[in-house]
Amino acid sequence: MSNQKNTFVFNKENEIRAKEILLKYPTDRRQSAIMPLLDLAQRQNENWLSRDIVEYVADYLEMPFIKAWEVVTFYSMYYTKYNGKYLVQVCGTTPCWLRGSDQVIKACKEVISPEPNTVSSDGLFSWMQVECLGACVNAPLVQINDDYYEDLTYDTTKNVLQSLIDGSPLSIGSQSGRKSSKAVS
Amino acid sequence: MLKEKDKIFTNLFGDEPFHLKNAQARGDWDNTKELIKKGREWIIDEMKKSELRGRGGAGFPTGLKWSFMPKDSKLTNYLVVNADESEPGTCKDRDMIRNEPHKLIEGCLLASFAMNAHTCYIYIRGEYFNEAVVLQKAIDEAYDAGLIGKNAAKSGWDFDIFLHRGAGAYICGEETALLESLEGKKGQPRLKPPFPANKGLYGSPTTVNNVETIAVVPTILRRGGEWFSSFGRPKNTGTKVFCISGHVNNPCNIEEEMSIPLRELIEKHAGGVTGGWDNLKAVIPGGSSVPLIPKSTCDTVLMDFDSLSAVKSGLGTAAVIVMDKSTDLVKAISKLSHFYKHESCGQCTPCREGTGWMWRMMEKIGNGHASSNDIDKLLDVTKQIEGHTICALGDAAAWPIQGLFRHFRDEIEEQLKKTKAA
Repeated sequence: MSNQKNTFVFNKENEIRAKEILLKYPTDRRQSAIMPLLDLAQRQNENWLSRDIVEYVADYLEMPFIKAWEVVTFYSMYYTKYNGKYLVQVCGTTPCWLRGSDQVIKACKEVISPEPNTVSSDGLFSWMQVECLGACVNAPLVQINDDYYEDLTYDTTKNVLQSLIDGSPLSIGSQSGRKSSKAVS
Repeated sequence: MLKEKDKIFTNLFGDEPFHLKNAQARGDWDNTKELIKKGREWIIDEMKKSELRGRGGAGFPTGLKWSFMPKDSKLTNYLVVNADESEPGTCKDRDMIRNEPHKLIEGCLLASFAMNAHTCYIYIRGEYFNEAVVLQKAIDEAYDAGLIGKNAAKSGWDFDIFLHRGAGAYICGEETALLESLEGKKGQPRLKPPFPANKGLYGSPTTVNNVETIAVVPTILRRGGEWFSSFGRPKNTGTKVFCISGHVNNPCNIEEEMSIPLRELIEKHAGGVTGGWDNLKAVIPGGSSVPLIPKSTCDTVLMDFDSLSAVKSGLGTAAVIVMDKSTDLVKAISKLSHFYKHESCGQCTPCREGTGWMWRMMEKIGNGHASSNDIDKLLDVTKQIEGHTICALGDAAAWPIQGLFRHFRDEIEEQLKKTKAA
């Protein structure tokens, strides 16, 4: 991979965004923009980062490659391989587990792939178990790309995944019919 | 029970839009200029009178923290808002960000003015993508209306807010790790001293405050510090947003008066414990980092800093995780041990090695392949991690295990014996 010629560049839209992002930080602190710029690059590249792309971003910010790579490997939201069109992240931490995240995982295994981090045979998605997503009163939940699907059961998880297969994703948020984190009464 | 008129977050559930005009109709941004005109000393004094303690978990008095910021520094002062909400059980800031962003933004202006800061960064956890979109829209609305930016709210104070998204690391909720992350590095906590108030972001004086801490500031200043301190008990004042998750009939977020009895909180707002109060086994009252308390304690304990610390637990983020009698407590805590193992930044040996070791031992106990000696060894290791790391993550990993065996050791040993016999 490292022998390949680096062909990645920000597209026009992202070039503008990158310049705007840099304005948030003092001019002599370009490195502060590494996280948002890696995010931009990842979104431009089907949600994953190759070494070449990280080199490009490091050069863009005039910082050593290794410092950029440290950031990529430290944070869990940068991916160094393709995860399918949809990345399904199932929270398995205690508040979700208490309310049945094992059933959500079961649904993912059946619909997507028996093993985590494995792209489904149709290339549509993969799933992985993650730590607390911070929506514990709407447990259990999954994050699919940028969106949360909450208050899940085995059945509603299957419905959500099926809606992705059908190409018409269900509305995000609670799948039990309630609004946000308000108690149903 | 807290009266509707005394709630600060009247739109916590997003019944109305978050937009500026709706927020203004709810009372946000009402003559903010007048509050600023009253001066820095007045603001800090009102905050002290309110006895507000930081809402991020540590509970440090906010007014006092603000007063540590140098007043005539030649450096740039910063306010950094910690919106990296990741403590298992906790999801209160999320609701404030997506449904009440203008309370946060106005609070940022008032707090920054009080601390002589012209720039504020809000560090929001990366997973809160949609929440970050809402917050950015609200920031843009405030800029367009002249409420922030040059001569913010016509106060004469120039003030900028920048939103920075994290990328999935619990440790960045630790304030110095957050600052490292904001500087574009791995989020590994810094040695203290120097404290951020002297040397924080980019080496400049910085105060890091939780979202809820900042979002309650405008209301405190409008209604008075004494109004806020009239709720709860002395040193444990104010209203507080509680998150009630786990084995309850109606999990929810709810703003209530500080010092409300735990039982009342669960029964009035979350529809009670599944199967009734007597089906309760234990509660983690303040987010995953605090030790659990058994039902007998839950019967009477009050939800505040001092009451929970008196029963060897803590209020933390006020995230109440309820576990009924069907819960395999060893497994519940083992999952938290796995969480800390995953989230250890790897900087300090006791935490890097210890969190993994503790999790493996918890799994061994959960699988029934452990002895009483193993429990002794595990508790000994928790003591060796606690207090021997740069930040509190090591402590946070040790405490849930200590809490488990403090209250349920006999029961767990009984179970181990049974497994052995079978």
